Amino acid sequence: MENFPLVLIISSIVKILIVVHLLLIGVMVMIWAERRVSGWMQDRLGPNRVGPQGLLQPIADGLKFLFKEDLIPDHVDKPLYVMAPAMLLVPALVAVAVVPFGSAITVFGHEIPLQIADINIGILYILAITSLGVYGVVLGAWASNNKYSLLGGLRSSAQMISYELTLGLGIIGILMLTSSLSLRTIAVEQGAYPWQWNFLIHFPAFLAFTTAMFAETNRLPFDLAEAEQELVAGYHTEYSSMKFAMFFMAEYMNMIVGSAVTVTLFLGGWHFFGLENMGGPVWSGLISFGIFFVKTAIFLFVFIWVRWTLPRFRYDQLMNFGWKFLLPVALTSIVVTGILWITTNSRLIVGIGNVVSAFIVVSIVASLLVMKTPKPAIQDSDNRLTPSALDAIE
Amino acid sequence: MEFTLKTFIFYGFALMTVASALIVVTVRNIVHAAFSLMVTLFGVAGLYVFLQADFLAATQVIVYVGGILVLILFGVMMTSERFDMPIQVKGHIERGQLFLGGVIALALLMLLLTVIANTPAWKNLTDDGTELPPTTARIGELILNGQFLLPFEVVSVLLLVALIGAALISRKEVRD
Repeated sequence: MENFPLVLIISSIVKILIVVHLLLIGVMVMIWAERRVSGWMQDRLGPNRVGPQGLLQPIADGLKFLFKEDLIPDHVDKPLYVMAPAMLLVPALVAVAVVPFGSAITVFGHEIPLQIADINIGILYILAITSLGVYGVVLGAWASNNKYSLLGGLRSSAQMISYELTLGLGIIGILMLTSSLSLRTIAVEQGAYPWQWNFLIHFPAFLAFTTAMFAETNRLPFDLAEAEQELVAGYHTEYSSMKFAMFFMAEYMNMIVGSAVTVTLFLGGWHFFGLENMGGPVWSGLISFGIFFVKTAIFLFVFIWVRWTLPRFRYDQLMNFGWKFLLPVALTSIVVTGILWITTNSRLIVGIGNVVSAFIVVSIVASLLVMKTPKPAIQDSDNRLTPSALDAIE
Repeated sequence: MEFTLKTFIFYGFALMTVASALIVVTVRNIVHAAFSLMVTLFGVAGLYVFLQADFLAATQVIVYVGGILVLILFGVMMTSERFDMPIQVKGHIERGQLFLGGVIALALLMLLLTVIANTPAWKNLTDDGTELPPTTARIGELILNGQFLLPFEVVSVLLLVALIGAALISRKEVRD
């Protein structure tokens, strides 16, 4: 046990407590923000009665969920039915362990990095843990013993498997230039100024990664797993009370973790024009945490913004988009980054080359698709596009 | 052997792996078996971590737990009409089959026991407090500069062939 000094244990416990609570509070704030922002975008009010600006609404909702009857239908597979919400929630909570949410704080002469665990293979760990999330959806859908649930689960698993590839391939360019899998190293390497951050060097990969992330979190425009008009509520149709709430918490937690990972990988982590180095050893740590927090919050706003802007994809469009556009773009980005980095060793040329090559690939694929003129697998009988009007909470 | 936190966690993972593997082969419901297999594969990944093979552990989870097993579950749900049908053996089992199966299982057990007995030092490399360098860099060097370049390329070509074959078999003829 002498390998584990007391400071490390205590600081780890404190960090875990803070991060988990931040996540839980973040989920509540996100639910409130989603409803308020959607109200604002649709020119209505949204919840504004409980507490100032309706801020206490998520707490009221949470209490309501807790005190509702926990109904388990007769026809379900009970062990898997009970386990499924936890199977979705746990990966979301565990994945945040390797995300660095600030530089370091020095307390009582000990430098404490603002990260729960800095492991060598951080980004692989994230990919591994997030790939577990699909089990919650699939098992919950199967255990519900309901055709709508099963259809939602099948759609969701096909979608998650397809977009996971893009998610993994999109980060390889970064790994080549950073030559490390540790999230902290990736964040540190990016430097203080926005034009040094990875999203400019790997712009196509950044777009592909972000889109794949939207698909992984099952958000609109990718929410075919719970398309209300077609599948009642998808994989969680049979769930009620706190189990249903856990599905929702997992979705929002995945969004928060995904945003934090994107900020770390592509948007410079806690760097912002050298502001993170101001102040003493304590203040610089707190400021860096604040910068990271604000960046994540902005990215979360983009999540909501996209949800209430874009209508849902049709299933064949979703698969075409994933396999014929995102995957080639991510693959090209790897090849181009590798070749240009070895030959020129200049980030500027890699960045330009990436954009140009992605443009060429997308035009080639698009022209091939146009030449083949495929008939849509599902005919659009009515051309009206109806974005989901159902509020997620209700 | 001294009993530290590490050994405690190790036995936790070992128990998890063995118990869930037993459930996989005994349970009748195929989805329950698949779920249990997930726990087994996860436990094996934990054991890899104890062997200082962090890259292998993460890859195990990504490839087997997150990829292959999900595809198996997907296939089971998608293809079979009665996916909740219990697994059962039709008819009776021949004596010869039982005997052959038993012999093969025993031979495998003997092989594994020999490997375990012949491995010289069962000790944790970081017990003396030294930190090992990241395994990923070493793996990359061995694969791309070192002795494993040819096998690596051969395996990737093999996988490519399998991929194209799968696409060809599952592809429907498009006539328009």
